[in-house]
Amino acid sequence: MSSQPHYTAYHPKWYRRPVSVWWWLERWPYTKFVLRELTSLPVGYFALLTLWQVRALVEGEAAYNRFLTRLESPAFVMLNIICFAGVLFHAFTWFHLTPKAMVVRIFGKRLPDAFIIFLNYVGWIGLSAVIVLIWMRA
Amino acid sequence: MTDTITLAIARYRPEREAEPTFQEYEVPFRQDWAILDALNHVKDQLDGTLSFRWSCRMGVCGSCGMMVNGQPTLTCAAFLPSYLPGPIRVEALRFFPIVRDLVVDITDFMNKLKKVKPWIIREEEKPLSEGEYLQTPNELDRYKHHSMCINCLLCYAACPVIGLEPNFIGPAAIALAQRYNMDSRDQGAAERLSILSGDEGMWQCTFVGECTEVCPKGVDPAGAIQQYKLTGATHWLKSVLLPWASK
Repeated sequence: MSSQPHYTAYHPKWYRRPVSVWWWLERWPYTKFVLRELTSLPVGYFALLTLWQVRALVEGEAAYNRFLTRLESPAFVMLNIICFAGVLFHAFTWFHLTPKAMVVRIFGKRLPDAFIIFLNYVGWIGLSAVIVLIWMRA
Repeated sequence: MTDTITLAIARYRPEREAEPTFQEYEVPFRQDWAILDALNHVKDQLDGTLSFRWSCRMGVCGSCGMMVNGQPTLTCAAFLPSYLPGPIRVEALRFFPIVRDLVVDITDFMNKLKKVKPWIIREEEKPLSEGEYLQTPNELDRYKHHSMCINCLLCYAACPVIGLEPNFIGPAAIALAQRYNMDSRDQGAAERLSILSGDEGMWQCTFVGECTEVCPKGVDPAGAIQQYKLTGATHWLKSVLLPWASK
């Protein structure tokens, strides 16, 4: 107990809890949110990688082969595995958030959230299947 | 079977403490007791100096929101058996200035709430002789869940943006703005958009989504804000592409 009371009816002394810089580690939903935001970096990385690939393709066969050899180095393979995991996390967490932002009404009735999430997965699997088909035909 | 359970309650007595400290109380364990009942037992039987807000005891008034084991919780709707074996940590709602013990100051929220004009705005009221403003069940269904808000402020205590950006208008106020925007009788959407698309408005929201998770009434503030962002973005795009049409 302090000897000096610092509270009077006319000067209330509120306590404001400071927010720690580690607030995002305090609860799993916060950590998941920060991970979701950070995994936009791997998404950006793959976009840059694709641009690099296109440039190599434009420069001719030798340049493209150099590009492929570079990608085979263990460092790149590791980086790509980590970034791919990040992209999957990013995509799946956003799939599950879509119904919050997107309300679809048919004949005045709101479509269930699970159905909108399901459509995301259908779109993803469908597009992946098309890419695999093209790749197998090539 | 347990006879008692321990409550660790954050006490803040500004005349003697610089910051909250925990005090433990042993209360009878009863299956049908909510945490609020246990707090009332402490107040009535063990320590009359404990301060906290409560009123209806049935999840309607929104006064008894507190942090229970770090989670924003309506203490009249959280029952002791869910917290076995204890101790149960009870603190004042996070991100609000603490006045005393478990009582927080909500003046800031009340000001924010007023800013979003949560009432029906009409360009021109129709005369009484023309009767009521009618609404179909489908029209009611569009906003009804947003209208269930009891201002318990659990969503503010769950939102890290409120902690980091205290000016953010916040989940409940934006959900309530959206409640009126989606009401077929209302014509004030443009007025509210100009407030909510500003620096303190919806774009501060980073979509952590915890406001919706902790809401005891299914209001879904996170959904309301994201849908409002979509409206705001569409409105902005229209004003760029068709400047004459958005006038």
